[in-house]
Amino acid sequence: MAAAAPVTQNEFGWTPDQPLIRLVDVHKSFGSLQVLRGVSLDVRKGEVICIIGPSGSGKSTLIRCINALVPIDSGTIRVEGQEVNDPDLDKLALRRKVGMVFQQYNLFPHRTALQNVMMAPINVLKQNRKEVEVRARALMAKVRLQGKEDAYPGQLSGGQQQRVAIARSLAMRPDVMLFDEVTAALDPETVKEVLVTIRELAEEGMTCILVTHEMGFAREVADHVYFTDKGLIVEHGPPAEFFANPKDERTKAFLGQVL
Amino acid sequence: MDLVAEWFRQLYDTTGINLTIVYDAYDRQRFISGVGMTIYLSVVSILISIVIGAIGAWAQGSPLRAVRAAVNGFVVVFRNTPPLVQIFFFYFGLGQILPRVENEDGMMVQIISNVQWAIISLSLFAGAYNVEIFRSGIEAVPRTTTEAAEALGYTRMGVYRHVLLPLALRICLPALNNNLVNLLKTTTLAYAIAVPEALYVSKQIWNDSQNVPVMMTVLLLLYTGLVGILVFIMHRWERALAIPGYGQGAAK
Repeated sequence: MAAAAPVTQNEFGWTPDQPLIRLVDVHKSFGSLQVLRGVSLDVRKGEVICIIGPSGSGKSTLIRCINALVPIDSGTIRVEGQEVNDPDLDKLALRRKVGMVFQQYNLFPHRTALQNVMMAPINVLKQNRKEVEVRARALMAKVRLQGKEDAYPGQLSGGQQQRVAIARSLAMRPDVMLFDEVTAALDPETVKEVLVTIRELAEEGMTCILVTHEMGFAREVADHVYFTDKGLIVEHGPPAEFFANPKDERTKAFLGQVL
Repeated sequence: MDLVAEWFRQLYDTTGINLTIVYDAYDRQRFISGVGMTIYLSVVSILISIVIGAIGAWAQGSPLRAVRAAVNGFVVVFRNTPPLVQIFFFYFGLGQILPRVENEDGMMVQIISNVQWAIISLSLFAGAYNVEIFRSGIEAVPRTTTEAAEALGYTRMGVYRHVLLPLALRICLPALNNNLVNLLKTTTLAYAIAVPEALYVSKQIWNDSQNVPVMMTVLLLLYTGLVGILVFIMHRWERALAIPGYGQGAAK
């Protein structure tokens, strides 16, 4: 250890060789409904994780806990060493590291596509408008929406809106992206354009956590697949093995239904 | 000008329609300053009441119970009591308690003038309604939209300023429009504490000239016109805020 090259520690004592995100025994209930019943998982830098499972199994809650949109009851969640389940949590510091894309896109309807991408860096990070605009235009091109900069969300298709939402999130330069069933509200043709965008991100080395029902996509891009049921991770593994050879009965039953 | 005045004097002689505010310089001056006061009361109270509404609606979403209770108490008090009673309360009640000051003529006068009290009480009265109007707009903004802003790192204040308020304003503009029209008309209550606004000066004019029906008609036309202008401005604002592909803007 003493001979090893010095690794840079961040303010939380985290070094890049440790998991970027670490969940240990996370519990969450909504009233009497136990949504997460002891979930643990690690995500390393550059990894693409897919979480699959039946509706109501706690998938969405799981990733919404990671950026503190949902407070957890017990357990620990660390993002680059920062403890999320901390009453004094610096939410801004956390959320600029963690980007999130939602099922319903949730763009700001009163701002154009380009303004949607520019808003948070300017308002939240107080960055220079000119520089942000250059970056935002590049991001619009990256998600293949050149020419749509001045369109309002209501004038865009679902797939286009979702790609603006991805660009909006990327504008904050996050270290990890959370995708919460981002294609569930789209029609089959537009699903593809969004998945292409996500795949490109994954190939560039962006750490991604996806809650998805797109099994084909999960098999293709994921480094690791997690199957959740009733608030627990039932089974997980590399996609080739997970899909070809599920071991748990519940996984088999679920895959039998959806594949 | 003389010709016009002569014509209106003629009109009075032949028909009995006595428009002193046109041909009599003194009455004309009184009336114009009264209309000016009405416009002044309206504009200032409208602006302050909108600010009260926006701040109150924000405070209603405060995590602190005491703050929420204070806002709700304010709304209850000012919505459940007649505006004339409020004006009297401020002018005769609070005004009596507050210390008096000497004015430039050496007279002891209330520290807050009747015009200022009228603005304060009208703003609070309309502001209480505006709080509820803004709240209705805020509650109509989907939770998921504000969640997206939170996920981008916006603070509660930032979410309100950049996302909630701009969207809520567009939703509640028709209701706000109604309340501001009401506020403009309610400025006539300032009459009761001798604020020389349009109704007050008209009363002085008809006392002097005994032309009550004529001045009443003038007043009705005046307020119809003033409200018409306000509604025109509000509609322009509504159109300017319309978002292509969203709400009203979707049809365009």
